[in-house]
Amino acid sequence: MDEQKVQAMSQAFLLQARGLNKQFGAVVAASDLNISIRAGERVSLIGSNGAGKTTFVNMITGYVKADSGDITFQGQAIQSFTPRQIMRLGVARSFQIPQLYPSLSVLDNMLVALACHDNRLSLWRTAHSSSAHERAEQVLSRFRLLDQRQRRVAELPGGMRKLLDIALAMTGEPKLLLLDEPTSGVAAEEKFPMMDTVMQALNDQPLTTLFVEHDMDIVSRYCDRVIAFYSGRVIADDVPSVALAQPDVRRYVTGETHA
Amino acid sequence: MQRLLISSGLILLLGWVAGAFLPRWLQFMFTMAMANGLVSLGIVLLMRGGVVAFGQGLMAALGGYAAALVFLHWGWQDALLLPLLGGLVACLLTAPFGPLLARYRGIFFSMLTLALSMVGYGILVKTDSVGGSDGFNMGRVTLLGQTLADQHVSMVLFSVTWMFAVVCSMLAKLYFSSTRGLVTQAIRDNELRVEYMGGSVANTMAINFSLAAFLGGMGGALAVMALGHIDPNFSYWTTSGEFVFVAILAGTQSVLAVMLSSLVLEMVRSFSSAYFPSTWQLALGLFLLLVIRFLPEGLGSLWTNRKSKP
Repeated sequence: MDEQKVQAMSQAFLLQARGLNKQFGAVVAASDLNISIRAGERVSLIGSNGAGKTTFVNMITGYVKADSGDITFQGQAIQSFTPRQIMRLGVARSFQIPQLYPSLSVLDNMLVALACHDNRLSLWRTAHSSSAHERAEQVLSRFRLLDQRQRRVAELPGGMRKLLDIALAMTGEPKLLLLDEPTSGVAAEEKFPMMDTVMQALNDQPLTTLFVEHDMDIVSRYCDRVIAFYSGRVIADDVPSVALAQPDVRRYVTGETHA
Repeated sequence: MQRLLISSGLILLLGWVAGAFLPRWLQFMFTMAMANGLVSLGIVLLMRGGVVAFGQGLMAALGGYAAALVFLHWGWQDALLLPLLGGLVACLLTAPFGPLLARYRGIFFSMLTLALSMVGYGILVKTDSVGGSDGFNMGRVTLLGQTLADQHVSMVLFSVTWMFAVVCSMLAKLYFSSTRGLVTQAIRDNELRVEYMGGSVANTMAINFSLAAFLGGMGGALAVMALGHIDPNFSYWTTSGEFVFVAILAGTQSVLAVMLSSLVLEMVRSFSSAYFPSTWQLALGLFLLLVIRFLPEGLGSLWTNRKSKP
């Protein structure tokens, strides 16, 4: 395929990974990955532990550099960019273990996110302006965290930390949001209410979402495409009902070997 | 902002009025406490970002030497100009190291700053043109072109130092609540997340380092003006240790606590030296242990924690 065709194709997709390879010693985390994501899709990345889902997310966000291959976001090659540069293009992420500022209040966490996102770090302009408070509280309210705004993050329960982690990612109004196991560590009965809150909050803006998930009920309910990983390779890529029914997915991901 | 300006103005006036009634030895003690407090304020600024500078004495030495040399060789003698010049020189001379040091954390940052200060000490000791290990004396400063009479020197130096301490404390308070000040605290908690939010950790740490250098240089110049003498010991590690002592005693939550802690150190030093001269460091160490045991977040937590409780 000539260069012009490749460029035209990568512009048609929001995110495109071509021929991605990554090894950690003898462990293959990504083996010739070719994944394309269109704007507006809700894609779930599934796979057993060590299948390469989080490595893929880490490569997109610049935390881990691929050994070889290309990643383009809106037609722009980003594989050599730092996490900060990638974030500035409109890619945000949450983490499997929420990455927050525990000694600060919930509101201050949001104000840090806003200050960083606006890229206007000032030596004298107050972080606590009324407009910043208003913006922070709007996002907190979408994630039903407004009542908690004065609490220190260290005092928050796990589910709320997860929500705040996602809320922080959303302050920059990203184009692509990557959620790394948004329901891990959350009590079973809280998973669906939590995901409802997240999805409702995400509905308020045009957004493409990729989320790593182990719970197949969550996957079936909240995404419109599933990409299944095994040993660093993609073994299925389809709508949930089709992807989850594939023999390889049942054998290596959902564990239904005798079905 | 308006409240901060008014309260700072009132504190400034109150200090000037109270200072006029203090005996000279107490005026001197306050002057030294505020000058050293400014140097420690620089450490506190860095501590808010999760790093401790063990070599802040170098900043004080650079500011002190700059003020004293300019006084002697260029005839710049103004008490308002010299501290600003001291701060600027310390800031400019150490700024190239900022981006390098911004990459290190924990003990590595501390030891690198300590190494820099000891290199500075070594150079100063071996440089005869600035007095070598004995240093040199600096004459009496002037104020806005006016020569100071013997009976007024102590009060004027107190007033000038008090003014710089109050103004810098106000600016530091402003900085602590600024966007970059808040991001500095976030960096201490989780710098990975700051980078993922689009903030530059390295820039913020380098800027903080330069601001700390400015405060250190200014404090050093003020101390030299009060002492009338400068020598390489300003940059020696034990001097830096005293500045760190004040910063730990104060904690990172309050600017006022830094100045109070510096005053506590000066008082403990003065009275211990008088009553048990050879073991005053022991008294200082015991005092620090008690503070760490009962106030792990420093003196400032006495009022800031109470204020933040619902």
